[in-house]
Amino acid sequence: MSARELILAGTDGDRGWRLDNYLARGGYSALKKVVGERIPPENIIAELKASVLRGRGGAGFPTGLKWSFMPRSFPGDKYLACNSDEGEPGTFKDRDILRYNPHTVIEGMAIAAYAMGATRGYNYIHGEIFEIYERFEEALAEARAAGLIGSNILGSDFSFELFAHHGYGAYICGEETALLESIEGKKGQPRFKPPFPASYGLYGKPTTINNTETFASVPFIINMGGEGFLELGKPNNGGTKLFSVSGHVNRPGNYEIEMGTPFAELLEMAGGMRGGRKLKGVIPGGSSAPVVPADIMMDCTMDYDSISKAGSMLGSGAVIVMDETTCMVKALERLSYFYFEESCGQCTPCREGTGWLYRVVHRIEHGLGRPDDLDLLNSVTGNIMGRTICALGDAASMPVQSFVKHFGDEFLYHIENKKCLVPPEVQYEGSQIYVSPKC
Amino acid sequence: MLEIEIDGKAVTVEDGSTVMDAANKAGVYIPHFCYHKKLSIAANCRMCLVQVEKAPKPLPACATPVTGGMKVWTRSEQAIKAQKGVMEFLLINHPLDCPICDQGGECQLQDLAVGYGASQSRYQEEKRVVFNKNLGPLVTTDMTRCINCTRCVRFTQEIAGEMELGQAFRGEHAEIMPFIEKTVDSELSGNIIDLCPVGALTSKPFRFAARTWELARRKSVSPHDSLGANLIVQVKHDEVKRVLPLENEAINECWLSDKDRFSYEGLNSEERLTRPMIKCDGQWREVDWQEALEFAANGLRSVLTDHGGEALGVLGSPHSTVEELYLLQKLARGLECENVDFRLRQADFRTDTLRPGAPWLGMPIAEVGDLDQLLVIGSFLRKDTPLLAQRVRQAAKRGLTVSVVHPVADDWLLPVRNRATVAPSAMPAFLREVVFALAELKNDKVSAELELNAPEAISDVAHNIASALAGAANAAVWLGNLAVQHARSTDLQLLAQEICRLSGARMGYVGEAANSVGGYLAGAVPGIDGLNAFRMINQPRHGYLLLNAEADRDFADSHAAQRALETARFVVALSSFGSANLAQLADVLLPISPFTETSGTFVNCEGKAQSFVAVAKPRGDTRPGWKVLRVLGNLLAVDGFDFNDSESVLRAALADGYESRLNNRLAARPVVNLSIESALERVADVPIHFADPLVRRAGSLQRSRDARAPVAMAHSQTLAGLGIASGSRVRLSQSDAAVELEVIADDTVAPNCVRVAAAHAATANLGAMSGPISMERV
Repeated sequence: MSARELILAGTDGDRGWRLDNYLARGGYSALKKVVGERIPPENIIAELKASVLRGRGGAGFPTGLKWSFMPRSFPGDKYLACNSDEGEPGTFKDRDILRYNPHTVIEGMAIAAYAMGATRGYNYIHGEIFEIYERFEEALAEARAAGLIGSNILGSDFSFELFAHHGYGAYICGEETALLESIEGKKGQPRFKPPFPASYGLYGKPTTINNTETFASVPFIINMGGEGFLELGKPNNGGTKLFSVSGHVNRPGNYEIEMGTPFAELLEMAGGMRGGRKLKGVIPGGSSAPVVPADIMMDCTMDYDSISKAGSMLGSGAVIVMDETTCMVKALERLSYFYFEESCGQCTPCREGTGWLYRVVHRIEHGLGRPDDLDLLNSVTGNIMGRTICALGDAASMPVQSFVKHFGDEFLYHIENKKCLVPPEVQYEGSQIYVSPKC
Repeated sequence: MLEIEIDGKAVTVEDGSTVMDAANKAGVYIPHFCYHKKLSIAANCRMCLVQVEKAPKPLPACATPVTGGMKVWTRSEQAIKAQKGVMEFLLINHPLDCPICDQGGECQLQDLAVGYGASQSRYQEEKRVVFNKNLGPLVTTDMTRCINCTRCVRFTQEIAGEMELGQAFRGEHAEIMPFIEKTVDSELSGNIIDLCPVGALTSKPFRFAARTWELARRKSVSPHDSLGANLIVQVKHDEVKRVLPLENEAINECWLSDKDRFSYEGLNSEERLTRPMIKCDGQWREVDWQEALEFAANGLRSVLTDHGGEALGVLGSPHSTVEELYLLQKLARGLECENVDFRLRQADFRTDTLRPGAPWLGMPIAEVGDLDQLLVIGSFLRKDTPLLAQRVRQAAKRGLTVSVVHPVADDWLLPVRNRATVAPSAMPAFLREVVFALAELKNDKVSAELELNAPEAISDVAHNIASALAGAANAAVWLGNLAVQHARSTDLQLLAQEICRLSGARMGYVGEAANSVGGYLAGAVPGIDGLNAFRMINQPRHGYLLLNAEADRDFADSHAAQRALETARFVVALSSFGSANLAQLADVLLPISPFTETSGTFVNCEGKAQSFVAVAKPRGDTRPGWKVLRVLGNLLAVDGFDFNDSESVLRAALADGYESRLNNRLAARPVVNLSIESALERVADVPIHFADPLVRRAGSLQRSRDARAPVAMAHSQTLAGLGIASGSRVRLSQSDAAVELEVIADDTVAPNCVRVAAAHAATANLGAMSGPISMERV
């Protein structure tokens, strides 16, 4: 058992991210092929569709289909945006892609621009990873100097300008239309859809937004063919995927594996449970995904369909592993605080509801819970979900609903006994920072 | 066209309509807060969530486009549950302080909470508190009540043209605020009070004055600018407590300017005249009407006996009603006096012999939105007629190109494509360039009657204006107040008419006051042998009859006006307000009703006569102006003064078909003067809140930013040429009239000009509003 790496392959060391290193690994061969052979754009989109590459940012929308929404003949500029505003608790894969292999993102975006006729692209990088932004700028300079982006790429008539843009750390700017607002210099607040970005996006022009990892996968699809990429994974779940494993495991970190790899194998790759403790629950797709209890999770494979069947979402692939020392009320309190703080405040249910949820969970955690609080939480989340402009309302609600559903006993214990089911000393022991032995 | 079914009712709507539009058409009410028909769609309050067939979740009606065959349920279980859920969220952090909230009784949140709210809150946590903001003297805030619908934010951005409010911070901490340490200074700011669906933004002057259900709602018409905004005047115990817009899509839409909305405070000013007064041996004495009227009649009669009718000057304000102006001129003519005028700030009257009709906007106000080219000549449009400027602003968003020829480049908060900022005396020469550029583009000849020589050169901006107008399908050329008050106004008007002839544009006059058109129709202009307003002042008369006019504020040359009245033997003033100046100049003060206490009619710039009735009883012994004039006519034994009501006066003044008398046509005459002055020139605006006696006394407006004391403004090069530093105190003089003011450098003013406002106490001792002026450091 081992990882099957595409994006992260051969990227070890301090210089792995440099252009010469990337070229030595066969980088930009896909772009050269596309531009050199003048592959028709529709063929590229067909390959994407065949690969069943699904959006790696969290929604899992088929990338090829998304690309096909861009109007073919549109007078004026079309835009491309890369969403590197990775801000969800537990997710840290895009940061590593940009740190170790920025050129694959640049190459992927250039191919996407070629396929969709976009003339300009922006990589919107999360505001709290400034050194990554600087590295990406350096990589861009290398690519520009080598004629890989800019005017007349590789001597062809294809031109594409790519810029880096960093945000200031607002989670909401990872929502694609808030991201566009932020690039435009406005307050990062999601737009109401329709119109969708493919018809009215950045500066009112057709725009496609994809996640960093999605773009990073594109060169591999061109090189190995859509079918080849799909076969790496399983039907309807093409390719490899990065998983950011965090929590109570021995070796937290990013692991690139084939789609459909059993969770148990991923857990083993991450060094297994810390201190050999028992697994309690896993949030398999970033903090907005519903929590999955240990027994269900151990039967899952890591792909969109399997995790969905388990009642959760593969999301961005942020696997938060929690062992038996975890107080689920406290864990939910922390998550609810995040969404309370990160709600943009634009629409009513989320602006008012996230604060309500947090305060109720906070009360329960602090021994002030009331018997009807769990019903209240379920009702309030029900009033938020599906009623908001963007998905943040849903993201704030799903953890609450799933924690209450799967770990309701712990919540009731808190309410009835004004204290935690997991004794404080056990929680303390479990929360000690683990120093990893040399690998 | 699309078919849609809402709650089982089939409706057909235009493509691009939203579910909300369709519901309005079907007569189905969908609860909402952030949606407003005049503002962009925000879809943030979520109150209008409805069930749509095949949609997995409820959708906001305001933002969901109609598709063919769509089925919508606004009161289904899913829709109601969503609406109630949103209402619960809106209320959890709302203070629910309705008993002490000014919005109580007229609050959308309160009303909808009755239908969608629970009787008790499930929210047991602490509530949010938001600190109040100082938005200036007109709008008060209780920001804890705010539901963040952003209507006010969108209003300032989209309608008023400048984003003066925004939503700062995030999530539950989000709050509406102005820019730090700034207030909301738009001349349309009061509309955010109407727009606010809760009690977060309420009227500062009206605060805690009354409950909405205690107030009578009476229709009226604004007596200020030429738009004639429709008003709802709210009255309690015969005192005007508040003014709100009466929606009229053809005129003011659903808006009011702050002047229209807050000027009512002036009605209750301490300067209101409530008793007739006469001056005997230099002492003022309150008398009854009989005595005052006889005193006035005797005084006038003695002037007439000694010097004849031409010794009298009869001057009415253009803010007077048609009925008042009609009786005023009828009285003058009955006394064999042709010296009657209502155009008090005008200086050039040569058009009187060229013009057969009454000058007007030349088009309905509602058609401004259809224009594709507009040339505005000599206008402070944004401050003179805020809501007309607002129409132009909206039209500019739809593709109207605006060009301006004016001595100052004021920011109208709308895109101006071509701008010529030239000194007043250079305006005729500049318009000649446009005329010749147009003639060339149109392969046409300039009318020979104008006797114009071709200019030596045509500037780029003149050429751009000409080509913009030449290619227009629907163009207009408007002459603003500065153009009409200009010392060579006739030349400007003849040139504008030639531009219109060559380009096919419609010519129009913005108009200075509520009755600038009505005054013409009422015949309040001098006869052939009579003196116009300017001459009556510059050739002082023995006696004057003033209607609603203040010598130090309302005249083209306030210095000369004061002097003329001072030297006159007898001055009768019919006025709603007294002042030290009036007390000094007049011999008898007859207190007449302001617009709220009399019936009357104003004819707005589009030529629409709008009649109104009194909304309150006359204060004290005040009498409606038309009644006072009628009795004066009787006392002076003038024939035809037997009117029993204001309607019969109106019938006599405005016969049916009066609209046919609206005519901007001028007989062609040579343009006499194209010379450009070398001396420093005065540019005088009439600041928005000083334009008429009522608004000058409106306390809150007088504390607003638009009512700051005037300073002189000049281009930095002009100041450098004179060796005067910005911020210096200067002495400004026009022949024997002089004032001292601070001067500041302002590069929006044309070179070789100094901008000094008229109509303010600080500049009342200056002379003509245009023409040479000198400036020196003191």
